[in-house]
Amino acid sequence: MAANNPFPLSRDALLGCYRRMRTIREFEDRLHIDFGRGDIPGFVHLYAGEEAAAVGIMSHLGDGDRIASTHRGHGHCIAKGVDVGAMMKEIYGRKGGSCEGKGGSMHIADLSKGMMGANGILGAGAPLVCGAALAAKFRGKGEIAICFVGDGASNQGTFLESLNLAAIWNLPALFVVENNGYAESTSRDYATAVNSYVDRASGFGLPGVVVDGTDFFAVHEAAGEIIRRAREGGGPSLLECKMVRFHGHFEGDAQTYRANGELEDLRANHDCLKKLAAQLTSAGVASAAELADIDRQVLALIEQAVVDAKAAPLPSAADLLTDVYVKY
Amino acid sequence: MARRISLKTAVNEAIDQAMQLDPTVIMLGEDIVGGAGAPGEMDAWGGVLGVTKGLYAKHGDRLLDTPLSESAYVGAAIGAACCGMRPIAELMFIDFMGVCFDQIFNQAAKFRYMFGGKAETPVVIRCMVGAGFRAAAQHSQMLTPLFTHIPGLKVVCPSTPYDTKGLLMQSIRDNDPVIFCEHKNLYALEGDVPEAPYAIPFGEANVVREGRDVTIVTYGLMVHRSLEAAATLAKEGIDVEIVDLRTLSPLDIDTVLESVTRTGRLVCVDEASPRCNIATDIAAQVAMHAFKALKAQIEQVAPPHTPVPFSPTLEDLYIPSAAQIAQAVRRTTGGK
Repeated sequence: MAANNPFPLSRDALLGCYRRMRTIREFEDRLHIDFGRGDIPGFVHLYAGEEAAAVGIMSHLGDGDRIASTHRGHGHCIAKGVDVGAMMKEIYGRKGGSCEGKGGSMHIADLSKGMMGANGILGAGAPLVCGAALAAKFRGKGEIAICFVGDGASNQGTFLESLNLAAIWNLPALFVVENNGYAESTSRDYATAVNSYVDRASGFGLPGVVVDGTDFFAVHEAAGEIIRRAREGGGPSLLECKMVRFHGHFEGDAQTYRANGELEDLRANHDCLKKLAAQLTSAGVASAAELADIDRQVLALIEQAVVDAKAAPLPSAADLLTDVYVKY
Repeated sequence: MARRISLKTAVNEAIDQAMQLDPTVIMLGEDIVGGAGAPGEMDAWGGVLGVTKGLYAKHGDRLLDTPLSESAYVGAAIGAACCGMRPIAELMFIDFMGVCFDQIFNQAAKFRYMFGGKAETPVVIRCMVGAGFRAAAQHSQMLTPLFTHIPGLKVVCPSTPYDTKGLLMQSIRDNDPVIFCEHKNLYALEGDVPEAPYAIPFGEANVVREGRDVTIVTYGLMVHRSLEAAATLAKEGIDVEIVDLRTLSPLDIDTVLESVTRTGRLVCVDEASPRCNIATDIAAQVAMHAFKALKAQIEQVAPPHTPVPFSPTLEDLYIPSAAQIAQAVRRTTGGK
């Protein structure tokens, strides 16, 4: 079967990417259910529908490469290799969570995996990524840093300033605009003056590329090229991924700003996971049964993560006061 | 071996030595080198007041001039700090914090806690503070209380060249984010400073004048105004003790309480606006923890609740004077 593989990744790597995308989907769909039951405190922003972007890009990265995520950060975490069990505990506010229950969904991070955090402040990751890329440049090991923003946060001054800073310092950085069409409830077309983010990138002297963010292979190929260039000292780029959001801005969002039938159409015709499955099976790289087997394993993994999260201890009163400073 | 150098030179020397000692120390800021990309000489300015002049010649590209993008480069310093570097970002004037405040109080200050104790952010943000430079409302503020309010930040404001070098060395070595406030009207002040590197621990106030009758608690330029007032009051038979806080977060409240318990009188002197400032914080803590020791009501000397004015006449009225401090001390002693 491997001999017939028409894709630029090995069969094992492809199945690994499929597994990660499925893991994100199951993780998010499970949170959707558990949040609806009132099991999860606070609020969560789900990445379901956008998996191809995170996994397509992150498949080129190692732990030494840094990313700064958005408020919608679970998918970036999973794609970057953060432990799913620790993530679930974090979102449930438990000890043993990625951040010991002190960050929650909006601040979920794992610096050991190069994941510099989801961020409750939109656009705030862009300057941080300039710093991570600057540190990488000083280290000189070919590491890079990637900033994710939504189409909404692409209008933040921090993002625009960072494009300029990365350009003048020729930083090994990549700025990914995850364009899902909506900033909360406000449409991209209303809030952003240019139609293409390539135009915005060229305004800062950066190369820009647009890809279909629901096509894993398109993202993988485009990201691979600009990441390679950044590693080799060719400087920063902007990648726009046109993608779709299956859930609301946050859980509980009735999404009345969408057109009638819009969500049904997205799920039926623009599901990146269905697309990847179809591409893998039609090329004969994997059988439907093999993918179904992965799906079952992922489902079991998520179920176990929820069981473990619910059984994990709650933080104690002493935990309230720790971790403010290294030393004070 | 100590020599007399200016506070400005002490800043330069601390950065120079920190860069010699640790290759991960880098510095970012507007015009900190000066002349980047311009046809003339590099190191044209060495900072807007020449504080970092000469460092580029010694440390080269570890000093990076930045565009006028405070959010981007302060954020970049913070991001680099999370990735193994020890960056110093120079913000020029503390008044510019408004432009990049999110990166400081929502990002740098909170990483360690939000990430469950798994992050270290060893960044120093240097900035000039204080009035008296005829620079008006947007280049003259003493915004220290904004930062002491925020858990996760450390705040330093030295009053002498010796403290400046030692506290800046400590700030750069420290593993938490530090806001390092340099009073622009103290840059020319000279004092004895050892040539060898040294660090002064945070959270240790300095009793700069011992006295029996009244405790003045202050920091920065106001230490010197308080010393002037104390000299006047000594002639009147009032013996003033002056506590220079040096670091505002962490705060050495123990030294303050010990002093007030002895003298029974407290005057808090602050160049920051009078509401919710360092002085009111000290007053509240003393009232809560040493009320019974007080023989008189606590006095505050601070500017009026106005922006810093431009006209030299008005600005001189704005900044707390030695005469105002002396008068406040006399109120606590009933005129004695």
